[in-house]
Order: sequence, then C-alpha cells, then structure tokens
Amino acid sequence: MLRYLGGRLVQAVVIVAIVATITFALIHLAPGDPFSGVMDNPNVNERVRTTLRAQYGLDRPLPEQFVRYFGLLARGDLGWSFSHDRPVTEVLATTLPNTLLLMAIALTGSFALGILIALVQVARRGSTTDHALSAISLFFFSIPDFWLAILALLAFTYWLPLFPVGGTVDAVTHDYMGLGERIVDRLRHLALPALTLTVLASPGVARYQRAALLDVLPADYIRTARLKGLTEREILRRHALRNALLPIISLLGLSFPALLTGAFFIEKIFSWPGMGLAVITAIGSRDYNLVMGGVILGSIMVTAGSLLADLLYAWADPRIRAR
Amino acid sequence: MTPPLLSIHDLRTWFYTESGVARAVDGVSFDIGAGETVGIVGESGCGKSVTALSILRLIQPPGRIEPGSRIEFEGRDIVTLGDEEIRDIRGNRISMIFQEPMSALNPVFTVGDQVAEVARVHGGMSKSQAWDRAVEMLALTGIPDAGTRARQYPHQLSGGMRQRVLIAMALMMKPALVIADEPTTALDVTIQAQILDLLVDLQKKIGTSILMITHDLGVIAETTSRVIVMYAGEIVEQADVDELFAKPHHPYTEGLMHSMPHIGHDQERLNVIPGTVPSPTDWPQGCRFRDRCPYSWELCEREHPPLYEVGGAHVSRCHLAIEPERRNHPHAPLVVQEGIAAA
Amino acid sequence: MPGQTQEFALANPARPRESPLALVVRQLLRGKSSRIALVALGIIVLVGLLAPFVAPYDPSAQPDIVALKDLPPSLAHPFGTDPYSRDVLSRVIYGARLSLLIGVLATIVSLTLGVAYGAIAGYAGGFVDAVMMRLLDALLSIPRLLLLLGALVAWPRLSVGALVLFLGFTGWFGLSRIVRGQVLALKHAEFVMAARALGASRRRILLRHLLPNLVSPIVVAATLGVAHVIVLEAGLSYLGIGVPQPQASWGNIIYDGADQIATLWWMSLFPGLFMVFTVMTLNILGEALRDAYERRS
Repeated sequence: MLRYLGGRLVQAVVIVAIVATITFALIHLAPGDPFSGVMDNPNVNERVRTTLRAQYGLDRPLPEQFVRYFGLLARGDLGWSFSHDRPVTEVLATTLPNTLLLMAIALTGSFALGILIALVQVARRGSTTDHALSAISLFFFSIPDFWLAILALLAFTYWLPLFPVGGTVDAVTHDYMGLGERIVDRLRHLALPALTLTVLASPGVARYQRAALLDVLPADYIRTARLKGLTEREILRRHALRNALLPIISLLGLSFPALLTGAFFIEKIFSWPGMGLAVITAIGSRDYNLVMGGVILGSIMVTAGSLLADLLYAWADPRIRAR
Repeated sequence: MTPPLLSIHDLRTWFYTESGVARAVDGVSFDIGAGETVGIVGESGCGKSVTALSILRLIQPPGRIEPGSRIEFEGRDIVTLGDEEIRDIRGNRISMIFQEPMSALNPVFTVGDQVAEVARVHGGMSKSQAWDRAVEMLALTGIPDAGTRARQYPHQLSGGMRQRVLIAMALMMKPALVIADEPTTALDVTIQAQILDLLVDLQKKIGTSILMITHDLGVIAETTSRVIVMYAGEIVEQADVDELFAKPHHPYTEGLMHSMPHIGHDQERLNVIPGTVPSPTDWPQGCRFRDRCPYSWELCEREHPPLYEVGGAHVSRCHLAIEPERRNHPHAPLVVQEGIAAA
Repeated sequence: MPGQTQEFALANPARPRESPLALVVRQLLRGKSSRIALVALGIIVLVGLLAPFVAPYDPSAQPDIVALKDLPPSLAHPFGTDPYSRDVLSRVIYGARLSLLIGVLATIVSLTLGVAYGAIAGYAGGFVDAVMMRLLDALLSIPRLLLLLGALVAWPRLSVGALVLFLGFTGWFGLSRIVRGQVLALKHAEFVMAARALGASRRRILLRHLLPNLVSPIVVAATLGVAHVIVLEAGLSYLGIGVPQPQASWGNIIYDGADQIATLWWMSLFPGLFMVFTVMTLNILGEALRDAYERRS
C-alpha cells in the first residue's frame, strides 16, 4: 500500500512538472511578454522596461529562463502579480480558501443529493417518477454553468430579493454586526453560490450512481440477499448501494475539473472572491503570472483530488485493502 | 399418511418475451415429504431451475407464475401469499443454494456478517447473538477455524469453502426445505464429493428435506431417495431412485443413463441423445421428445402423453406404457432421419 | 482475407454483416427520445444554416441607437433589442449558426488530433507510448477552461478561426486514450498474428481493422464534444474573451446584457434557452449512441 502511494506521488510530481513546462511554453510562445501589460502604456520609459526585463531574466536565453523558472517553482515562488502588486502565491493563498469552501460544500451536497435521487429512481425504476427525475437530471446536466448562475442571480436576488447580490459579507454593515448577525450574514452570502454549484454538480452524480446501481442489481449476491428474505428496500440500501458506492468514489476524483470550472463562473457572477475570480480578472489585466499560477494550482488540485480518490477506493474495497 | 411438506399442483411459469411466450415450466406437479431428499434431473433448459425459483417466488418480469398454479407449503399457498409473508418463508422455512459460490456472496461484507444477517432478519437476534450462531453454523459445515474465517471476505476463501458458507447460510434457521440448484457443478471433483457428503450429513442432523436439482446422474444416485426427470418444461418420469436406475421407462431417461460413460467398458464414442431440446416458445404438439426418440410412432405425434403409472410409485410420460412391444423395434430418431443431427 | 470473412458469415447466417455505422444509426432511430432529439437538432441546424432567410433583421444593424435600444420583447422584436438597438432574435439565430459552426469545426480538429495521437502512441508502444501517456495525463489534469484561459491570456484578441483552433487543441485528450486502447487491443489480437502468418503487414492489418472499431467511439465523442464546445465557447464569450465583437454568438449576447442583467433580462434568457435546448439534444443523441455502442461490445 505504501509502495503504491509512493509511486502515485512520484507520478503526481511528474505531472505537475509537465504542466509547469506547458505554462512556460505558453508564456514564451505568445506574442509579447509578461510585461506587455505594463508595457502597453506609452508613458512608461523604455529604460524601465529594459530594467524590469533584466531583473526578471527575460533577456536571458530560453533554457536558462526555464531552469530559473523551475527553480523558483520548486521553492513555491510563482512570480509577481502585477494587477495585485503582490506575489502570485500570496494572491492565490488568500483567494483559494474561498474557492475550496464552495467546492467542499458543493462536493458533499451534490453527492448526497445525487445518491439520494439515484436511490429513489432505482427503487421506482420504470415509473413516472423515474422518468421525470431522469428528464430533470438531463436538463440540469445540460445547462451551461454560468447561465444557471445568472438565472439564480436574477431569480433570487432581483426578482425575489432573498439573497444578497454578491461578495462574502455585506461590505458596509458587516463590521458593525454582532456575532450572531455576522454568522447569518456570511451564510446568506454563501448560500446562493454554494447552492448553485451544488445543483450544477448533482445531476452528474445522480446519473452515474443510477447507472452503477442498475449495474449491480442483477448480481448473484443480490439474489442471495433476496433469498434471505430481505425487503427490496433493505437489499437496495444495504447490499446494492454499498457496492455501487465504489464506482462513485472514482467519480469523486473525476469531478474535480468540472467542479473547479463551475466554481470559476460562479465566483465571477456572484463576485465571490475566490481563485476563479482572481484568475478571470487577471485575464482582463493581462497578468500572465497570476493566470499561469492559477493553471498550475488548478492542476495540482485536480491531481491531488484524483490521488485522494484512488486512496479512498483502495481503502473502501476489501478486495484491494487486503493486499 | 402424513401430509407432504411441499405440494406443487400444475405449476406453470411462463416468460413473456419479444419473441413469444416461453413456457419454461408447463404443468409440473409433485410432492416433497418431510425429511425426504428428492432430485430433479434434466438437461439445461428443461425448466428445473425455473421450478426451483418459482417455489420461492423469485421469478421476475417478464416471467410470471400463471394463475391456476398452486404451491402448498405449511398450510398456505405460496403463489398467492403477500410480499411480507413470502419474505418470512425465504431463508427461514425454505432456503436455497446456488451453483455459483464465486458470485453469490457480496464482496464487500465479511462472510460472518452475511451468514449472521439471516438470523438478524428472521430470528430477531442481536448482532452478537447472530454472529455466534453464524460461527457455530460455519463450524458445522466443516470450515476449520470458523471464528477467524467468519471475519474474512469472500475473495479470501476457496470455492469449496464459499459453498460451505452458503450452506451454512441456508441452514441458519433450520428450514424445513432446502433447495440445492446444482450445488457442486462449479466445484472441483474432489470438493464435489465433500460437499455432497456434507449435505447428506447435515440433512440427517437437522432433519430438513432437500430438493436436489442437477443434470448429473451421479449426484442423484448418491444423495436422493426419489427422482423426478424433467424435459421441455414437464415431468417425464418419476420414481424411487433405485427403481429409476434399475428400470428406466421413459426413452429420455434411458438416453441419459446410456450417455454416462461406464468404467471398464471399452467405448469408442460417447453415447449421446441426438438433436436438441425444442424451443420453449414453441413446444411441439404431441410428445415433446418425439423427434429424438428411437421408439416414436404416429400416436406420439397426435397425442400429448399423460403421466402413465408404470409400477407402484413409478410414473412415466410415454405412450410405451400402453404399447410396450414397440420398445423392441427401435429406429433412427426423426432428427437423424431428417439430417438435422448425427446419429 | 476476403475469403475468411465470407466463411465466417456463412457459418453464422443469423448475424448479418452490418457496418458499425449503420447499426449505430439504426439503434439511434429506435428510441423515442433520440428520434425527437434528432428532429430537434435538425431544426436548430436548419435555422442556423438558413439564418439569412430566417432572421427578421440584420444582426449587426443598429437602426436607431436612441429610440430602439434596450426594448423588452414585443411583436416587432420578439426577443427585444440590445443596448446597440440590434434585434436580439436575429442575433440569436445568427448565434446559432456561429456557435454550431464553431462547435463542429473545433470538434473536427479535436477528433483528428485525438485519433492521431492515440494511434501513434498505441502503435509505437514502449518508451514513446509511455512518454506520450505521461504528457496526456498532465494535459488531462488541467481543467479545460483553465487551459484555455492560460492560452487566451497569452493570445488576446483572437479571431474566430484562432478560437476554433484553441478549442480544438484542448478537446482531444479523452478520445486519444480510447483510440490508444483500441490500437493496443488490436496489436495483441490473435487474428493479427494469424494474418501476419499469412503474410500481411502489421500496419496494413491495423489500418483495416482499426477504423471500423473506432467509428462508434468517434461518433459518440463528436456528438458530446460539440455540446461541450458550445458551452465552453459561450462561457468564454460571456467572459469577453471568446468570439470577438460585434459578431453574434450566444455567449456574446449574454455578455452584452451582463452589465444590466436585471433590466435587460431577455438578453440573458433567450440565448441561454437555445443553448440548453441544443446541448440537451446533443447529449441525448450522444448518450443513445454510447449505449448502442456499449451494448454491442
């Protein structure tokens, strides 16, 4: 088990290294350079540009820059963010927790909701409920992330002013609130973005889990359970689900990319100060380093997520655990 | 005479498929007495497994037990019982063992858990009580070091041991009837003998009846006291085991007996019954074995034979019962004559 | 080799040798929902193709930027007008055309790259395959949007053509894995060894047997791929970094109305509805195809 873990970690490092190389290639293949954003301004003196370029080693030969880049990366230095006037690592470190909060809530919520829907569908397979839920699942599965977020914003902050329009807290009055009020304020701001992301992620889980359950039902051991006199519901919940949960763990690992992408759009529309909003804004200001830092961080998150899911699977399946 | 434990009357289980109605079990009636071991023998597709599944109402759509069928057990008709009542019987009063021990156990639960589950469902026992009973049962089925084994997962046990686990599971509540559907077919020959001995042994200890379903005449000879031969969804012969082996009446039974290779005899080719079983969506008129029978004549095509009494408790679904001299004039079966099969 | 096929067909008269594509299309037409989806998709494609004839107005015309701007839906403008007094319905119709075009072209690029990459990796085997797979793993670890954002910050102000290429270059990863799997399976298949014993070259066998086996996964990947690209392009356009203005794409229209979401609600609603509708039909079709393919194997 430990050997497996070690192997996977090495693989993960290799993957991140390749991703870093890809981002390096992107930066240097593109027209202009990281300073073009700053440089577009004609008021900036030519000498300033040259100095900055030299300072950041941009006038050095490419291989040397590459080595330098990797060296800095290994030390956790992702460069300087011009739009924030702080190191990229700092910007990401302050914004990442907000994104993780959304993703964590959406992950647990969507899996809980998705599994529940799948159970209901399988318990009543072939009925109108089953078909209706399938249609609803398909609808929400096909909705573009940002559009659902826009609709949610329109519906629940403008037309039915239940929730605030954006941000994590009320910018004006939060500091003057008592503890209880402050908690409520945070929750009110968190509710809509988190809920929207959950709704976006649920249909994928529901459809996957439904298929997994239906796959398991014809198995011989289900017939054995029936022979023991268990009710259909007990069979579903105790025997079928336990086996059908195993593939869902794999889905956990696979869902990180979509979840992260969804979070990006949600953060933009609800002005939620997470990594996604920072990266998207950085595009407008041509802040290369911040965007690339986001790419690398995103890749690390996905790789870590997939690794965790594999470990969880190995633990959960007694056939693998015993080895 | 004590009433039989299980009494099946005219059981018909039909499957409504896209290609027609498959009459897998088409009018089967027999009894099983308390403490008896009855065997059902026949080739695949004859309906023996479907009969077994019907007894426990495990037939799923598109199959269903046709109205008019009756399965009497402990004073009730299984066919018309409600869901809760049938669940009360399963695993408790009647249990079943299948032929695939590999896949019949849930891979994510321990073996002990799965055996104990029966007692928790039916006996209302607590977790620890049920566990103790499960370990007891596992030891009874000859699993060494049962306490440790119970904590293992199915994939850690050999095929033979898994079958013992399933037997333990079946006997947990000391049922009145155990249905064993090809319990040894998937096992190695040496293990087969062990498992059969175990079943016979446990039956004597617990006093349960066994319905042994198999295609293997050897198993029949070893374990049963009465035999039912099935073909094409019907019973074609029924007799006490000794009588059946000594004086098989139905040509199909004869064919089965002859196709067993005999040690000590020099045989160049194995005897086979030419042809194949007809399709259950399309049972032929008259006798369903007609095409493959070496004695058939026009009567066999015209009239579907009833179960004739051919001696004591011995019955046979064959017109030879009323025209026995035809047995002296065998001919090539129709399938051979029509070139469909080799002799 | 043709003789071999004939013999096999004769031995199994009950199994006609249908081309995998024909089988798959037949499967598609069997289900009720996939038939409806096919018709619906056909309508959308038709609307897009015939946009110049179907759209009531010129999508880029700004007739009266004072009097006709920001009008809510009415009989004259069923989907309202935008801040530049352009008719939204016409823009949505032209948007269908552009979004579908981008979707299809980008997917063609993805399919080509995916098949090529997977086939090369599978055929080459050994070290080359290992390296290519590691590279693929890395690419798969970056969420597609993020990869696009990374590319777009470096290449701002893209033309539609360049956008198609970028979208295409980021969508081939999954398919290449499937293709590689097929190639590997074929390489070790017994009949390949038998055929080689008869004198056929390995490359020839692979080519002859690879393509028929790939038709189904390619068609599935294509259908679902177009859906993905439509959504992705819309998202990028909504962020202002997709289709350049003033061209009409569904995402662009929403972008135009983004500043005043609440007041110009029709600019968010209608393009979105069209998107959901189109993506749903593509998903239904793609999944029906995938089910048919899986049932066959």
